Amino acid sequence: MITLDEFIKGVADQFEDTDPSEIKADTCYHELEEWSSLVAMTLVAYVKIEFNQTLSGADIQKARTFEDLYKIICSK
Amino acid sequence: MKTFIKAISYYLPKRIQTNDALVSKFPEWNAAKVSEKVGVNSRHISASDETAGDMAEKAARKLFFEYNINPEDIDFILFCTQSPDYFLPSTSCVLQNRLGLKTTCGAFDFNLGCSGAVYGLAIAKGMITSRVARNVLLLTAETYTKYLHPSDKSNQSIFGDGAAACLISYDGLFEIGEFVLGTDGSGAENLILRSGAARCKQSTGFSEMDENGYTRWDDYLYMNGNAIFNFTLSTVPHLVSETLLVNSLSKEEVDYFVFHQANKFMLDSIRKVCKIPETRFYNSIEHTGNTVSSTVLIALKDAIQANLITPGMKIMLAGFGVGLSYGACILR
Repeated sequence: MITLDEFIKGVADQFEDTDPSEIKADTCYHELEEWSSLVAMTLVAYVKIEFNQTLSGADIQKARTFEDLYKIICSK
Repeated sequence: MKTFIKAISYYLPKRIQTNDALVSKFPEWNAAKVSEKVGVNSRHISASDETAGDMAEKAARKLFFEYNINPEDIDFILFCTQSPDYFLPSTSCVLQNRLGLKTTCGAFDFNLGCSGAVYGLAIAKGMITSRVARNVLLLTAETYTKYLHPSDKSNQSIFGDGAAACLISYDGLFEIGEFVLGTDGSGAENLILRSGAARCKQSTGFSEMDENGYTRWDDYLYMNGNAIFNFTLSTVPHLVSETLLVNSLSKEEVDYFVFHQANKFMLDSIRKVCKIPETRFYNSIEHTGNTVSSTVLIALKDAIQANLITPGMKIMLAGFGVGLSYGACILR
């Protein structure tokens, strides 16, 4: 499993209009201006392709920060 | 007896809806971004009085004309749709008469979505190998745009209407190889139109927000994009490897992969998960959108017309979606 820092870097690559400096472990992604259902799908794809893990809609809704998401993926 | 795809044609409704036209309905929408992700720049929309049966008839007539097919030679008609003209009779029976096919022609509808073309080929192959029929006319047609809520911009950007016609026979362009088919009905609720049929005959007017922020209507098409996406990415890699196995092929031996054209984002993700090179993976959604059961046949026809696919090549077809249902086969 990759580290949290590597995960954050990978996640930042999934955003197009958000400055990577805004993507931190404690960033609440729901509050990002670019956040949308389409970006959520992009994250689902990233997690599936890179980690072969399934991130559900409920997971994304429940988690608040990218670190929360990382923990969910690690726990699967 | 061997079975072959002998001819393919398709029909798209006259009215074209561009992304610019969609933006005028949804000013908050970023056309360029969604176009880039979804891969659809325009889609065809059926006229208000144009049914799936009407479109299937037009696709069939085009097939007869393009390939100089005598309708008298057709001895079975299979119609895949989830937008039948009536609850009863089967639209395929109506089409037998409208197309002037002989009355000894068998006919039935089957209700599948994005996996429908692959299932249709499997049924047709079974009909021919068991000597029930010699020339099977497979028709696929959908008017999903009529099922979409006026405010559902996500699905309006993805779906388009269309119909395809395919003749399956004992000789032809591509021999139909072995199939892998599957179903996971536990995901039925993730792509559904609840009202209108027997379970809930009357419109309810009910809607709620799902866990992803999508609106779940009873009276319009609801798609849990996240769940469908996860189903597809989990299912298709196994479907591909099983289809290779039953056809005694390696991935490298397949010249082209023609999958259900769901949307560009989904196709790109599937391709990456399945580790298929971009050069051998067909993508043709730009001017049609997702036409549900017709995408595989439309893509195959386009690829043949573009000379990307020629007889003698080994092609993998795959369809997956509503049901949840999936299937794949090899053409060679």
